Amino acid sequence: MITLLTYVAVILGIIAIARLVKVYELSVTLKGNQDEDAVTDSDTKFNARLMLPFLLAFFAFCIYLIYSYKDNLLPESASEHGVEIDTLFNFNLIIIGIVFVAVNILLFYFAFKYYSRKGLKATYFAHSTKLEMIWTIVPALFLAVIIIYGLAVWNKITSPIDSNKAVVMELFAEQFKWTARYGGVDNVLGESNYKLTADMNPLAIDSTDKHAWDDKIVGGEFHIPVNKVVLMYFRSKDVLHSAYMPHFRAQMNCVPGMKTEFHFTPTITTAEMREKTNNPDFDYVLLCNKICGATHWNMQMKIVVESEADYNKWLAEQKTFKEKNMAQNMPESKVAIN
Amino acid sequence: MSSHAHTMDHTDAHGHDDHAHDHQHDHHEQSFWTKYIFSTDHKMISKQFLVTAIFMGIVAMMLSIFFRLQLAWPGQSFSMLEYFLGKKWAPNGVLDPNMYLALVTIHGTIMVFFVLTGGLSGTFSNLLIPLQIGARDMASGFLNMLSFWFFAVSSLIMFYSMFIETGPASAGWTIYPPLSALEEAIPGSGLGMTLWLVSMTLFVAGSLLGSINYIVTVLNLRTKGMTMTRLPLTIWAFFVTAILGVLSFPVLFAAVLLLIFDRSFGTSFYLSDIFISGQAMEQTGGSPVLFQHLFWFLGHPEVYIVLLPALGITSEVISTMSRKPIFGYRAMIGSILAIGFLSFIVWGHHMFITGMNPFLGSVFVFTTLLIAIPSAVKAFNYITTLWKGNLKFSPAMLFAIGLVSTFVTGGVTGIILADSALDINVHDTYFVVAHFHIVMGASAIFGMFCGIYHWFPRMFGRMMNNKLGYAHFWITFIAVYGVFFPMHFIGLTGVPRRYYSNEAFALFQNLQSINILITVFAIIGALAQGLFLFNFFYSMYRGKISIQNPWQSNTLEWDAPVEHLHGNWPGELPTVHRWPYDYSKPDKDVDFVPQTVPLSAGEEEH
Repeated sequence: MITLLTYVAVILGIIAIARLVKVYELSVTLKGNQDEDAVTDSDTKFNARLMLPFLLAFFAFCIYLIYSYKDNLLPESASEHGVEIDTLFNFNLIIIGIVFVAVNILLFYFAFKYYSRKGLKATYFAHSTKLEMIWTIVPALFLAVIIIYGLAVWNKITSPIDSNKAVVMELFAEQFKWTARYGGVDNVLGESNYKLTADMNPLAIDSTDKHAWDDKIVGGEFHIPVNKVVLMYFRSKDVLHSAYMPHFRAQMNCVPGMKTEFHFTPTITTAEMREKTNNPDFDYVLLCNKICGATHWNMQMKIVVESEADYNKWLAEQKTFKEKNMAQNMPESKVAIN
Repeated sequence: MSSHAHTMDHTDAHGHDDHAHDHQHDHHEQSFWTKYIFSTDHKMISKQFLVTAIFMGIVAMMLSIFFRLQLAWPGQSFSMLEYFLGKKWAPNGVLDPNMYLALVTIHGTIMVFFVLTGGLSGTFSNLLIPLQIGARDMASGFLNMLSFWFFAVSSLIMFYSMFIETGPASAGWTIYPPLSALEEAIPGSGLGMTLWLVSMTLFVAGSLLGSINYIVTVLNLRTKGMTMTRLPLTIWAFFVTAILGVLSFPVLFAAVLLLIFDRSFGTSFYLSDIFISGQAMEQTGGSPVLFQHLFWFLGHPEVYIVLLPALGITSEVISTMSRKPIFGYRAMIGSILAIGFLSFIVWGHHMFITGMNPFLGSVFVFTTLLIAIPSAVKAFNYITTLWKGNLKFSPAMLFAIGLVSTFVTGGVTGIILADSALDINVHDTYFVVAHFHIVMGASAIFGMFCGIYHWFPRMFGRMMNNKLGYAHFWITFIAVYGVFFPMHFIGLTGVPRRYYSNEAFALFQNLQSINILITVFAIIGALAQGLFLFNFFYSMYRGKISIQNPWQSNTLEWDAPVEHLHGNWPGELPTVHRWPYDYSKPDKDVDFVPQTVPLSAGEEEH
């Protein structure tokens, strides 16, 4: 019934607008206002007068958004390289902010100032090499700075590191959960082969590789030590995922059939960040940032950053791959080979 | 004044003879089928594209409202959702997560391809290329007709795919495999994805037929005197757009074809080492990253396939309605060419964090940021054109100004995204959604509205209602910024795009009010399109009859009679004597001099 009434209301509404437009057009004709101009001067003036109020409202809206949501933005970066990313971001933001404000002001101001009225004639001004050079070269110079600065940061972030000095670990993605694995005592991750995937071996780890025996596999949450570089490798079991850790300004895709990597140094422990953000429930989080299916929106894992001592203690409590799997599940002969 | 222009061209503009005389015999009665359905006339084909695109646009807009409801009020029941999506996809009026992804996917696909590629290029390249270069029709009317029918059939298939049991494609409009290849991973990758691939294959075929036609027509059928440097900027934009399409769409076709092989014939171009539904798949050795390279080799030029026609239309309208020559005509052509060229060597900026070699990433940073230079030139040239002009605000002019604003506002955030180091943290977040909706979505749709309002009299011989047009513009403009500007902040909070709900994360808990604000603006913006639709269809039949040259414009399309006439000009084709931007030229009685008017003694051509 409501549906039917909605239809009726919509149809009547359309008819009403049609009649109003017709009435308006007739009234214009009756007034003898047979203006041949397709745009009347009064219409032009009306719109010109809206230009600056619109601009002001737009800028006010921007300021309102900044003011009311600034506390919601990500807190200060909790990783070493993230601080540089934030500085670079702010540097770029200032430049583009100025361009955004200046160009919009010019645009709307000119639109307001030069609206057509009696006696106004446009200036025939078809080109000026000087002006065009200015706005080719000036943006080019600014871009040169942006490019050089940006690439310097990028190169620093992505240059390879010595894995001996890092905590080597892996994030394994599947629909719709994360699993973490640590290199263990030898700090080397054991090989894997997707065909070995089984209920008892969800990460498809190759138990014939000795390096795998001391690997530690954890779900639910994973810990990393503060002020120590963490070298992460990423794998996926099924479709593309992306390991996104916004607080550390870190992200890398997880690609089936490929091993990707990213490294960063956490600088603020979870406890410290709880104080800084004034939020006793604060936790670092790993989330999925590449569309991966129905529950993409809730594919997460908690990250705990703590002192190296605490981290070592936690890690020692976790069982190794060998303790968990091989004792009862692996045929004795296969283990013996190694 | 328009009659004045018309007399001028009849007294002194008829330079050369064409097949005008035998043409007079062509006017036999056309049947309904040959006139409206299987038409080979570029003007009719342009209207067919436009109406199809408007239909698809309404569909895509409605889809966006559906998922915006879920984002603003997650888990709440809306009878509207159940009414449109049915009990399966919106049980008790609550949107299903798989359907949410499907809505996002089809919204993106339709908007990018069907509205802003097919709709924008199809409508205005078809309408304006022959008319503005002084040709009787496209080089091949038959290919042109095929181009539309491929487009129409592919639109139908895409539309139909929304009604199948397993739901339409839902892997995002970029259809990255393996998600798009595995039905086990998401139900939409079953028949829905098959239909998507079939539809896009036909779409590419249609787009290629159209583009080749546009290129050949511009190169070969220009009337006497119409040199390349006397072409209106619209034609330059359509021309370069068509070249981009011809070079990049086949790569999408290849990518799609290989995906079809992977899905149906067990090949492993993109699939490798996958374990799903308790099974290890046979395929090994492929790479999902390969698909991304192929996809974005089209995907990035595609952004400019969408944008350039809008910029071309805007150039023409800003110049005409400012009563001033476009500033820096040659620089504008240069920037169109530069943008076109650069658009082919920047695709990797979509892939900084896919595991691509970081050094390769640096190269793409460099090439991508270069695009900012020609883009800046264009923006400044528009603004200088307004400076000391005599601006008349038709609805088209307002949309053109709106385009310049969104082009700049959305363009500057591209500088952040192109910087690989910064991309790490904002990649695939709402910051990206904000960026491309403003710079590409809003700008291109503004360009399309601009074109529709401006050339409506040329299409239908009637004027659209200005007052409704003004209301349409201002509400839409406010809604566009109201919807997309706040998304920057959501992105900087770290919210990934394509999330069904933000409720799973404590980090995002304070974003509900901003999401409601966005949805409210979205609904207002959507309703405002009703004003446009009404105005469009009402004016088509009841609008004020247009005079020959309502905007007092210089270009040739206003020289040809408005009646639907196969061959465009009843007599000889006009001869061109000057560039199209002689507005307010000193020492002239009127503020425009059509291209058909010869230079007077001692007059310099700009």
